[in-house]
Amino acid sequence: MRRTKHYRLAAAVLLAAAMSLTACSAGSSGGSEAKSAGKTSLTVALTGPPTNLDFTRTAGAAIPQALMSNVYEGLVKIDQDGRIQPSLAESWTLSDDRKTYTFKLHPGVTFSNGEAFTADDVKFSLERVKTGWVSSLKTKMDVVDSIDVLSDSEVEVKLSRPSNAWLFDMGTPVGAMFDPSGVQDLANKPVGTGPFTVESWKPGEAIAMTARDKYWGQAPKVKTLTLRYFADATATTNALRSGDVDVVYNMQAPELLPTFESDKSFQILDGTSNGKVELTMNNKVAPFNDVRVRRAVMYAIDRKAVLDTAWSGHGTLVGAPVPPTDPYYEDLNGVYPHDPGKAKALLKEAGAENLKITFTVPTRPYATAVSQIVVSELADVGIDATIETAEFPAVWLDKVFTKHDYQMSVILAVESRDLLTAFNNPNYYIGYDNSKIKDLAQTADAADEAGYVEGMKKVVRTITDDAAVDVLFLFPNLIVAKADVTGLPKNSVTEALDLTAAGWK
Amino acid sequence: MVVRLAVNVVRFIVTFFVATVAVFALMRAIPGDPAQISLGVNASPELLAQTRREFGTDRPLIAQYFDWVSGLPQGHFGVSFVTRRDISDMIADRVQVSLILVILSMIVALLIAVPFGTLAAVRHRRTSGILISGISQLGVAIPGFLAGIMLVVVFAVGLGWLPANGWTPPGQDFGDFASRIVLPVVALASVQGAILTRYVRSAVLEVMSEDYLRTARAKGLGKLEALVRHGLRNASIPVLTVTSIQLAALIIGAVVVERVFVIPGLGSMLLDAVGNRDMLSVQSVVMVLVAITLIINLIVDTLYTVLDPRIRKQA
Repeated sequence: MRRTKHYRLAAAVLLAAAMSLTACSAGSSGGSEAKSAGKTSLTVALTGPPTNLDFTRTAGAAIPQALMSNVYEGLVKIDQDGRIQPSLAESWTLSDDRKTYTFKLHPGVTFSNGEAFTADDVKFSLERVKTGWVSSLKTKMDVVDSIDVLSDSEVEVKLSRPSNAWLFDMGTPVGAMFDPSGVQDLANKPVGTGPFTVESWKPGEAIAMTARDKYWGQAPKVKTLTLRYFADATATTNALRSGDVDVVYNMQAPELLPTFESDKSFQILDGTSNGKVELTMNNKVAPFNDVRVRRAVMYAIDRKAVLDTAWSGHGTLVGAPVPPTDPYYEDLNGVYPHDPGKAKALLKEAGAENLKITFTVPTRPYATAVSQIVVSELADVGIDATIETAEFPAVWLDKVFTKHDYQMSVILAVESRDLLTAFNNPNYYIGYDNSKIKDLAQTADAADEAGYVEGMKKVVRTITDDAAVDVLFLFPNLIVAKADVTGLPKNSVTEALDLTAAGWK
Repeated sequence: MVVRLAVNVVRFIVTFFVATVAVFALMRAIPGDPAQISLGVNASPELLAQTRREFGTDRPLIAQYFDWVSGLPQGHFGVSFVTRRDISDMIADRVQVSLILVILSMIVALLIAVPFGTLAAVRHRRTSGILISGISQLGVAIPGFLAGIMLVVVFAVGLGWLPANGWTPPGQDFGDFASRIVLPVVALASVQGAILTRYVRSAVLEVMSEDYLRTARAKGLGKLEALVRHGLRNASIPVLTVTSIQLAALIIGAVVVERVFVIPGLGSMLLDAVGNRDMLSVQSVVMVLVAITLIINLIVDTLYTVLDPRIRKQA
């Protein structure tokens, strides 16, 4: 009798376990699908998943990274060298007063819901930025005065003043083209003109895309594209080694690279990105409201040493918040060479010897990596920095970004061409006094192309002269992939991760 | 029996609602604004206000609380303003994953702990018993994630026998599911097995010193036979208690192992939701965990009465 009871209990436990096993059908992270599909599919590992799929209402680089170029397209697109190229617009003309753009649209373009793409959609999409977007990016369309549909394939955009930046922005998420009947549930079901559609999305895990049959342009090389999201860099490279993923994009742990460098079955691409690792100083509060103290920091920090120590030497030293893919880039590394003696002299002149500061470090790998060496270099010139960590994004955004309650911080600024957003705005958390660059920036934006480049260079030099921020280095766009994967975009020029040309040898 | 059950049910309801207040208050007490996180850098005050209105986080706390709580009895958690998905659906996906992982791990842990713990107790003065004790002590000291990382380095990256990470639902491809679950289960079960081994050992040791066992020996039964026939059932009560506590703790405590093995479980969902200050999702996941814990307790409480007639009589 007693024995049967034991058996009964054991049987119940086994049954419960079996039931919980068979009852499950959801929750895949897509590993097996990728494996069985062979060479017509590509699986890319990324870190930092999007919270939803609607970049018109949620900030951050993760959503446009996945969807721009692959699912959404604009009238123009930005190529690997930062140049503006035709996309949904075959061609365009600019009026003599540089205020009216007339775009001629590519014929035969459809959205993934079957609707045709016409000039009405351009008007709808651009106006929606102003009315429907809940995003700080919408200010990029403030300069648009009116949009006139000339015919199904021609549209005219009038700007309130000439703007060089606007056409570039049209190749970024604010320029994405939407269909009026396809915007009901953008957070879950994106509808665009691009070569892929989103087949499934599992928050925090994976986005699976399939190639469209009726794509207007060059068909993509693979039929299915899976973006898988990982919590940390080690998990991504482990997945690459065990064959679950084909590509690790924007790899976040350069110290893991050497094991791949020596292995013939993998390739490494070391490109540039827009990610500027910025040592920010609150320009409005002591001690960094004194330009001499900020300059002292610039001289105190050996950026080459920071790059070598924190990021294994991968990345680019730029000396200013401008990546080489921007037209107004110039090498400004020479402005503040590493010179602790000069730093000390400046601090003495400013009466800021034996300085004690708080260094607010967000909880991100790059930030932790640079913070220790920055602290030790500051100590060498007599600045005693105490590290205080801030959970990223929640606490950092609240404390540093919104309340400006910090002295020094470090952040990876990833937006493309964000120079003016950050420095031509005295209410920005860096608190740079923009009175010297405001007019320069306005004139440059309205000038012709050569004038734009010259004018913006002046802006950059002024910001650098004022030591508004110490750009430690430009984040590398590190890609580790199986050796026979082709067509990967080496540089990250805009937010988009364009995988439309990616395929296999 | 009926009274005991009724008391348990009332306790269940009260605990559950105290927990709703606690988790709601806690999520409001930590710094971080979901609207700010959603808008990211460069957000203007107007946009922030608009987003807070849309999220409903600008309304009075009491109203927010009652809106949320009133949906709970029907299992309506609402739609997350961060992911814009139905929270019930997301939790349903994730809870299956967590339950499979945790229940399998606990079964394996018990399969290790019961025989080895008993052996360690029976031979507690001999080398083999001391050896088991020592190994289990070591197992308790090793965190699950470390065990996980070591397993990945050796078996996935080094030898290439098993996938390094990822998850496939058993209903979709059982073979792939099985190959992916081995390492995480081993990582969790080795640590849990070590913990349980120590509890089994001490429970059996205690039973062995009881009078009734001496009587059984005096009747002519061997040490092991006496233990199996008269002792194990008594020793199973404290072990059951510990197992149930560990089971509940592991559903969320497995999060670190989930991260190492990229398993989309409830723990990872909770961690992401806290990071994004996705209040509704955090509250909902915590309430599901509270419910699971309370249900486990209810079941264990009932099992006590099955295992031990004395508890049955008391009630």
